[in-house]
Amino acid sequence: MSVTTPDFTAAPELPAILPEAKQRGRIAGFIYRHPTIFVGGLLVLVMVFIAIFAPYLGTKDPTALAPARRTREPSALYWFGTDMLGRDVYSRVMYGSRVSLIVGFAVAFCASILGTFIGLIAGFIRALDAVIMRVMDGLMSIPPILLAIALMALTRASVQNVIIAISIAEFPRVSRLVRGVVLSLREQPYVEAATASGTRVPVIIWKHILPNTLAPLMVQATFICASAMITEATLSFIGAGTPPIIPSWGNIMAEGRALWQVKPYIVFFPAIFLSVTVLAVNLLGDGLRDALDPRLAKRL
Amino acid sequence: MFAYIVRRIISTIPVVLMVALFVFSLLYIAPGDPAAIIAGDQATPADVERIRASLGLDRPFLIRFFDWFWHVLQGDLGTSIFTNLPVSHMIAQRIEPTVSLMVLTLILSLGLAIPMGVVAAWKHGSWIDRSVMMTAVLGFSTPVFVIGYVLAYIFALRLDWLPVQGFTPISQGLIPFLRSLILPSVALGLVYMALIARITRATMLDVLSQDYIRTAKAKGVGQRGMLFVHALKNAAVPIVTIVGIGFAALIGGAVVTESVFAIPGLGRLTVDAILRRDYPIIQGVVLLFSFVYVLVNLGVDLLYTVFDPRIRY
Repeated sequence: MSVTTPDFTAAPELPAILPEAKQRGRIAGFIYRHPTIFVGGLLVLVMVFIAIFAPYLGTKDPTALAPARRTREPSALYWFGTDMLGRDVYSRVMYGSRVSLIVGFAVAFCASILGTFIGLIAGFIRALDAVIMRVMDGLMSIPPILLAIALMALTRASVQNVIIAISIAEFPRVSRLVRGVVLSLREQPYVEAATASGTRVPVIIWKHILPNTLAPLMVQATFICASAMITEATLSFIGAGTPPIIPSWGNIMAEGRALWQVKPYIVFFPAIFLSVTVLAVNLLGDGLRDALDPRLAKRL
Repeated sequence: MFAYIVRRIISTIPVVLMVALFVFSLLYIAPGDPAAIIAGDQATPADVERIRASLGLDRPFLIRFFDWFWHVLQGDLGTSIFTNLPVSHMIAQRIEPTVSLMVLTLILSLGLAIPMGVVAAWKHGSWIDRSVMMTAVLGFSTPVFVIGYVLAYIFALRLDWLPVQGFTPISQGLIPFLRSLILPSVALGLVYMALIARITRATMLDVLSQDYIRTAKAKGVGQRGMLFVHALKNAAVPIVTIVGIGFAALIGGAVVTESVFAIPGLGRLTVDAILRRDYPIIQGVVLLFSFVYVLVNLGVDLLYTVFDPRIRY
């Protein structure tokens, strides 16, 4: 071994690198460490902005019919063109973001709450565990989209029913996740210590179990949000989702379907927005998973 | 081995029963009283009551469930409200395009995704790896019907290489059959491919860092032999697991893909049934697909023993 190994030559450069890393701002540092959270989060924020301020973004009434100006190509006047009833596709797409985001967030929330509740019961009350998990296995054996279709076929089309149907299709996965976490946490010494010192079960759940399920739950909720958006659009697209009167990306595409070979833009604009939004939420989920669970991050 | 197989098959029975119970409840709570429909407008309440009794609709829920399930096991899925034909008959008529689509999609996805994942893991960190992962994320995020329209627009409308819509049965020649299914299969398979490529890459990364891979390299096993024989076989269990779980996405996607490409399969049947509120058909299709899904995952579990003989539950 000679003295001129790379280890030695590289060493003097280190002090020069370290201060630079420190100088980088906190925000810049965050972006550097978690680029996917940043990009995904930013895109989601843009979509939320569009959904909230849809009426002020140069839109017209998205449901206003104007048979005289049907199927206009995209132009300065009609940015995304008009559909076969003369409605402004740009306005419809902007307003459509509301349905997708509301359904995505609401399903993520409802499925997480319901799934956590069921998962906690299964994890803590051993007598019910087998029964609950068999029911969950049964529900999970029905492909989620088909389950949602079947539920929607029973009820009136409304955004609320879409949220309920997709939540029912999604929550068994959450309950399985939470149950798994609970079962492993129950064996942890600090939970045993809490039990031994006489802490009551609700307090243990609230103080020791729930905080530890939060990280995997958040990641799971993000992915549920993304898949709920796709499911909503799919349901609307095949006519089993959001009522046609409400502009949602799935509905706009469903209506554009008949004309898509001649007027593809009616389908493509909502498609682009849907894909970008789902991509953003997925990137956010990937980033969160990497940030919250470094062990998993190395693998996937 | 035999005990494992038997146990695994027995353990699917409660799952199948749960699915059946759920699907039955669906029809049970579906709006509309079959007895009243059959009796017609002129019937008195007593007539309706008599018809209800003759159909057995006045019996308790569980008895009706087991009676219905017994018929299902014999292939009787009830009668369509709209066409009055047996549901099993209608499903049989529409099953060929759907099965063709799914088989082709499976072949395409597995044939492309596994090599993609293997190469991405092998060239970990390279541009190949990055582009495979990027494609995977894109595949996750783009709904099946969006991909379908984009593909159809480029390859059918603009380039005119393939038919835009429709389905040609295999009996009319293999080439027209494949030409009609290639775009739907790619559209349907992209999500599935993304899923499989990602898990293949992840497991292969794990496996490639194992000692026995170094040993294989050291004794001079060729690159391809090492990757596809030594490493892939040891990475197989998570991969086939995701192939099984992802099958749900394939089923759900098939319903939509058939709508986009106007393929007269089970998906179209379902969509039409939704529009007509033809509950027995929806019920039959959901039941059939769920059983297939359960069977696929049973098959996957049984495959575990092939790839990893240590597995004994």
